[in-house]
Amino acid sequence: MSFRFVTRKVFAALATLVFVVCFNFFLFRVVESDPVASLYRGKNLTLEQRLELREQFGLEGSQATQFVRYLQQTAQLNFGRSYSTNRPVMSDIWERAWPTIALVGVSTLLSAVFGVLIGIVAAWRRRSKADYGWTGFTMATYSMPDFWLGMLLLVAFAVTLGWFPVGGITDTSSDATGVAKLFDQAHHMFLPALTLTLAYLGEYALVMRSSLIDTMREDYLTLARAKGLRDVAVRNRHAVPNALLPVVTLIAINFGFVLSGAIAVEAIYSWPGLGLLSYEALRGPDLPMLQGLFLVFSAAVIAMNLVADLLYAHLDPRVRTE
Amino acid sequence: MVAATSARTIAWQRRRRALAQSWALFRHHLPGMIGLGLLVAIVAMALLAPVISNSDELQVVKTVENPRWATPSEFPPLGTDNFGRSVWAQFVWGARISLLVGLAATLIAIVIGSAVGIAGGFYRGVGSAVLGRITEWFLVIPFLPLAIVLAAILGPSVRNIILVIGITSWPSTARLVRAQVLTLKERLYVERSRALGASNRHLMGRHIFPNVSPLILANLTLTVPVAILSETTLSFLGLGDPTRASWGKMLEESFKAGALSRNAWWYYLPPGLGIMAVVLAFTLIGTALEEILDPRLREKRR
Repeated sequence: MSFRFVTRKVFAALATLVFVVCFNFFLFRVVESDPVASLYRGKNLTLEQRLELREQFGLEGSQATQFVRYLQQTAQLNFGRSYSTNRPVMSDIWERAWPTIALVGVSTLLSAVFGVLIGIVAAWRRRSKADYGWTGFTMATYSMPDFWLGMLLLVAFAVTLGWFPVGGITDTSSDATGVAKLFDQAHHMFLPALTLTLAYLGEYALVMRSSLIDTMREDYLTLARAKGLRDVAVRNRHAVPNALLPVVTLIAINFGFVLSGAIAVEAIYSWPGLGLLSYEALRGPDLPMLQGLFLVFSAAVIAMNLVADLLYAHLDPRVRTE
Repeated sequence: MVAATSARTIAWQRRRRALAQSWALFRHHLPGMIGLGLLVAIVAMALLAPVISNSDELQVVKTVENPRWATPSEFPPLGTDNFGRSVWAQFVWGARISLLVGLAATLIAIVIGSAVGIAGGFYRGVGSAVLGRITEWFLVIPFLPLAIVLAAILGPSVRNIILVIGITSWPSTARLVRAQVLTLKERLYVERSRALGASNRHLMGRHIFPNVSPLILANLTLTVPVAILSETTLSFLGLGDPTRASWGKMLEESFKAGALSRNAWWYYLPPGLGIMAVVLAFTLIGTALEEILDPRLREKRR
């Protein structure tokens, strides 16, 4: 991978980021000419309140000066203050980012591992009972709204059986520290992580299945068999490593998207991450918070896409990097 | 003039034959037919809503006499919610909104996506490059936060939720169509037509569009389930129309009313199963169409 290829990809990602930052500005100020009026529609506001709100939104001055001020503040990672907590948006986001990263990281890893295993079983024994069974299972989980699956698991394992807590990240009544606290958090994370794992499993399984089916037609597999290798060796040493390629990049891309895709699931389990923060910000609506979250979520996707591009070029020598 | 009409007739005959051929293939595609059957049943239920349920059962003011949280055996067929409203009526009328939003939003997304894809793939130069870049940019903007921001700004109504989902779902279609158009326009028959003096409009309308339309059709059936799932999530987050029942809104209300802790399964199970059935139906049909309309995939199935 040449230096030029990497810099080109990095610059393309930066250009996308600049676009998203500009788009964010126009989304809130140009789409709707008076956000104060539209967001507080139906609520009685005095003129002073209205003017104060306009100032808080940064709506005074011409469009151009507003835009310049917005760019300066965004460059300093200053997204303004939240309406509900009156704290800087960025510090709220920073605080809530870790629970989401932990939850999404664990679920992405688990769904990728189990999805790949299911895909291998389904592809290697194509049109067998196992293939139909697993493909049917993944189709079913794919068709469910992820938060509805979360609701079902919540009723079954938390409400009815009582094996897991119904929500939150720690048991508020206990003051456990160290390993015990970690264990408590893992206990709370189990159900939301299971929900997201099941919800995203299907995609990995389907991609792995079709990738492996494509790979199985390659000549080098025939050669491997002709050498007298056993079926398992052909599969594990020759077919699977090559078929994994698209899955590896999918993991990186999905991690970026799932950060924001977990909003409804986090709301179901009151998991105190960025998703729950978005859900709470909608109640207000807490506009600076929504704007900040939108930028952070988009930046995450852009960054993970860059990782996926570079990873793919690194893993697949056929990608021209000159 | 006579020659032109007959050329057109021949083209139509060919298209009708191709359609009949595709239908013959589809009829023997078991998963596709299962999906079609499922879809017909759900659409029939949505259309027959006034016949098979009573819309009075939807309004809180008219259900004060009804028992609250009645089980299906106490209040057939599906019990009542915390306001005494019939869950069955909500389910049947909600199907209309969910299907309407899914189909209308898909239509918007497909029209924008096809237009951007065809124009971007067909023309060369700055305009095409700009369209390509914009598509790539919109592809990386995460759907849910964008839709949330838009819905929060525009306000909750059925029209707005259709708009929001429509204008956030077009980029994948645009990319797919663009890639196809890029290969199509290098075909010999396009070159021949151009050499005979055909205008760009003629080329796009008569040669490019008919050839990408199967792809657009397959993509359309695969976009509907995504749009319906989006409607569900947005409604669940409280961004749906507050006055109309939809499956997503039923899930929101059942969650907020505490149906989970009292295990009122008759309230939160039906809408989820309905969504699953519609999504499954469109996915099965879409996958079948993809396999039938793409000869490369048809080969694979043998």
